[in-house]
Amino acid sequence: MAVSTLEIKDLHVEIEGQEILKGVNLTIKGGEFHAVMGPNGTGKSTLASAIMGHPKYEVTSGSILLDGEDVLEMEVDERAKAGLFLAMQYPSEISGVTTSDFLRSSINARREEGDEIPLMKFIKEMDAAMDYLEIDKNMAQRYLNEGFSGGEKKRNEILQLMLLKPAIGILDEIDSGLDIDALKIVSKGINKLRNETFGCLIITHYQRLLDYITPDYVHIMMQGRVVKSGGPELAERLEAEGYDWIKKELGIEEETVGHNA
Amino acid sequence: MAAETKLPYEEDYVKAFSAKHNEPEWMSKFRQQALEVADTLEMPTPDKTNISKWNFSTFKHDAEGESISSLKELPNDIQVFVDVEKDNNIVLLRNQTTAYKNLSKELADKGVIFTDMFTALENYPELVQRYYMKDAVSFDEHRLTALHAALMNGGVFVYVPKNVVVEQPLQAIFWQEDVSLGLFNHVIVVAEENSSLTYVENYISHNKEEETVANVVTEVIAHDNASISFGSVDNFAHGTTVYMNRRGVVYRDAKIEWALGQMNEGNTVSDNTTHLIGDNSYSYAKTVSVGRGDQIQNFTAKIVNYGKQSEGLILQHGVMKDHASSIFNGIGKIEHGGTKANAEQESRVLMLSKHARGDANPILLIDEDDVTAGHAASVGRVDPVQLYYLMSRGISKQEAERLVIHGFLAPVVNEIPIQAVREQLTEVIERKVY
Repeated sequence: MAVSTLEIKDLHVEIEGQEILKGVNLTIKGGEFHAVMGPNGTGKSTLASAIMGHPKYEVTSGSILLDGEDVLEMEVDERAKAGLFLAMQYPSEISGVTTSDFLRSSINARREEGDEIPLMKFIKEMDAAMDYLEIDKNMAQRYLNEGFSGGEKKRNEILQLMLLKPAIGILDEIDSGLDIDALKIVSKGINKLRNETFGCLIITHYQRLLDYITPDYVHIMMQGRVVKSGGPELAERLEAEGYDWIKKELGIEEETVGHNA
Repeated sequence: MAAETKLPYEEDYVKAFSAKHNEPEWMSKFRQQALEVADTLEMPTPDKTNISKWNFSTFKHDAEGESISSLKELPNDIQVFVDVEKDNNIVLLRNQTTAYKNLSKELADKGVIFTDMFTALENYPELVQRYYMKDAVSFDEHRLTALHAALMNGGVFVYVPKNVVVEQPLQAIFWQEDVSLGLFNHVIVVAEENSSLTYVENYISHNKEEETVANVVTEVIAHDNASISFGSVDNFAHGTTVYMNRRGVVYRDAKIEWALGQMNEGNTVSDNTTHLIGDNSYSYAKTVSVGRGDQIQNFTAKIVNYGKQSEGLILQHGVMKDHASSIFNGIGKIEHGGTKANAEQESRVLMLSKHARGDANPILLIDEDDVTAGHAASVGRVDPVQLYYLMSRGISKQEAERLVIHGFLAPVVNEIPIQAVREQLTEVIERKVY
């Protein structure tokens, strides 16, 4: 199976008229794990949302291509079916829709009509993934994210990732609000997906997550751009020294884009 | 045309109708009494909805229907409301004829009564008289209650004696097969002390163009420590103008739970009021509705707390599309003396079209200091961020909207205890929304 390539070229993104991303360039290939790091407010989450097509974010210039196809021309559901997945920082609560019904609809959305996943096969797959992530089975019958703790929401995102098996997974601050045990479980789920074809973009501002998921590449974002890229050693240096040396090296005084992005 | 003109049916007609059904004398007199005042009473005035031009006077009053010997003889579109394979406790009214009824021997032996209103009047005249428009609804509240009392032409009577627990749901189907028949249906549900029951009813009609009227009064009485779950799917067709009055009376330690699927296609006034009379009484009124086309609807969910520590909860969810217009009144009222009472309500309206109109009016009226109360109300469109989340998993926009809407209406759908009815409610929602 050919690996997928996600290419982000000179991406500019606005929210409510304010420019947050000011020319992001990034290429992720299947089989590679990329970490995007950076202080708060530098545009990391905006990048994730813009790739997936969040309604509040407007791409003003640049391009996103998945295997050469123009992602920006696709509806959100088409992006998902093309192979993109975003584990969201703040997943929506959908009252009256059970987690299980939602998961089944998501899986069936990728399949042809008449070729829906058999119910028993679905339950088996869901149960196995829930066991792997140490999720209480009750979650399947609870309404999607409604009343979930922060940790439950994150695990539910990874559960979806595991069941939907996208070509490229984007994880937006999947580690925020997790205690160390939950962090280990979530990391275990992500590492299980690691193979020659699965590409992953991990957005975080803590080195902590990268202790459990070793990235192949690390990118630093500041002022709405990727300002530095390197290997895992870059993350280790950030852990030890913080961001100041990069700012000094690049002559940056204020790293944010002047907006909580 | 307007409701102020003379009565559609006169004294002689009503007398003859009553005689034809062998009604007890009190009932015959009661009809006459109501007929006499109907003319002098005003129409009801639902808040923010003008019903003065609505048709409450053009309808046929008397129509019979064919009996059946098995539920399997029912046409498919009616049969789907019944779990045919199960041993049902059911009363099926086809126009005004009791086409089919069944009550398990076990329940009958325990003294449970579940029969059509005319049979109940014949066999249990005193028991019916004890409850008929006495404690819940008065015949002279306004012109429509008086007309109802004068012209009642169908209904069921449910009576569960002391200490009897009815496990299986009791189901009533009111099938208005004749497209011009007016339905003056009267339902009485009584649970004596320490008893419990679940009752589910369906209203079905087919008159898309032909105009007629449904004027329904339902009285639900839960005596001390009794428990009643009341579910309904109202699905009158477009030609029917509906006045639906469902009222509950709850005594000490008793409870009534309503789950009302208000899915009529025509203009509708629906009033669901519960009086929490006894200390520690409880009611949870859940209603959902979908408005489409040009229909105008006015919904009231009201709970009045009299008893100490009584608790009244209201949830109203409505979906509005096309040019439909609906008012949702949520009223929590705590009377003086209802110390430690609780009144909570939530009214939410989802707008699917910019031409639709939906108003949520939360009202709290409190005459007691030591109470708790709260309300939440909102009118809005489907949340684009919710749609984004669902679509980000590959679900199409249409399917994502469908999931959100079904989820929004789930609080009532999930409460309906008969699987066939639950599926029909889901189907009706599907049909109305898409």
